[in-house]
Amino acid sequence: MQYKDYYTIMGVARDATQDEIKRAYRKLARKYHPDVSKETDAEARFKELGEAYEVLKDTEKRAAYDQLGTHWKGGQEFRPPPDWNTGFEFRGGGFTAANAADYSDFFESLFGRGFHTDGGAGLSSHANGEDHHAKILIDLEDAYQGTTRTITLRLPSADAQGHVINKERVLNVIIPKGIREGQHIRLRGQGGSGVGKGQAGDLYLEVKFRVHPLYRVEGRDIYLDLPVAPWEAALGASVKVPTLGGIVELKIPAESSSGHKLRLKGRGLPGDPPGECYVILVITLPPAVTEDAKDLYRKMAQTLSFNPRAKLGV
Amino acid sequence: MTTHNRPPPLGVCILEEQAPLTLAELCRACAVHAERIIELVEIGVLEPDGREPTRWRFGGESLYRARTVLRLQRDLSIDLAGAALALELLNEIETLRTRLRTLGMEY
Repeated sequence: MQYKDYYTIMGVARDATQDEIKRAYRKLARKYHPDVSKETDAEARFKELGEAYEVLKDTEKRAAYDQLGTHWKGGQEFRPPPDWNTGFEFRGGGFTAANAADYSDFFESLFGRGFHTDGGAGLSSHANGEDHHAKILIDLEDAYQGTTRTITLRLPSADAQGHVINKERVLNVIIPKGIREGQHIRLRGQGGSGVGKGQAGDLYLEVKFRVHPLYRVEGRDIYLDLPVAPWEAALGASVKVPTLGGIVELKIPAESSSGHKLRLKGRGLPGDPPGECYVILVITLPPAVTEDAKDLYRKMAQTLSFNPRAKLGV
Repeated sequence: MTTHNRPPPLGVCILEEQAPLTLAELCRACAVHAERIIELVEIGVLEPDGREPTRWRFGGESLYRARTVLRLQRDLSIDLAGAALALELLNEIETLRTRLRTLGMEY
């Protein structure tokens, strides 16, 4: 288990006042909130921050944490001292944060495990299960063809003693053909189980696409950069283009320029109507490494009266 | 991976393309009371079809919009109007980022 330096995580001094800690938390929470930040590690940072704040905002937990001393470094191998946690009393039997299951082993070794349920008090004998949410990362090809994917969900739940345990659940899910990024797959009855005669909740999977090496996606439309030789763009040509549905022939009109957008109708993600595939021409120069190639370039320079900077007035 | 022990595939539907959600379904999906959803409608974050709450039908975008605003409110202690504004701005940033990517410029 690794020691966590909550003061460094929050960017505050060890003698920071409670007000300073609150201000630091609010500022960092805005910065790292997973809905706001696009950093790939935003979710992890936000959780870490929440854990640090959970300890430092609470004068009792903070005092207990400070008791460990100042000689520890973040990431260092840590074992709580045997007499630790004596003489402290934690109100309310531990912590009551919504994402308590996300806290680190380090946190749990110091403050124990607790479990918090929303509105758990006064449950009637029959209650519907909660709906659950998860994200699923798929390839663009999966959305194009439709597929079946096996996903593993870790679901924090309470055991008989009220401790948090992570239950693993394996689901085999059909990815419907033509699904778009940001859409949700709804699995009826796969959420939290109901109590008594209550129905089980639903599971919602939010779809994200893995970044594709060739294609970019906007809604149902697909964009592809297509390298072309200068003579193909100048004289026109018929070239092969990879699309999600396979290789197709594309006619490049004569006098095309770089950035020119050509449309392959209905070659985007399937749907009603299907998306388009847009091909963006990128004129690629042959390298001038051989003497022959250099001669050809020199000949063009001599023959063509071409000023690429005419529009700049120079 | 072995194929023997896999559970049978689950029948699914795409939320955004199925029948719209009722107020009760949306409440459950967001794990909040109806009052919170009604607030979101009053401030214009959600725009259901139908006149009165019992007849409201929420389109597929509603789930994402409601959950984002509720999360922002809870995690950043901002009021409803602020969270609603943040949602609009976040959506606009996302649209611009997508446009940048389709132009081949990485953000």
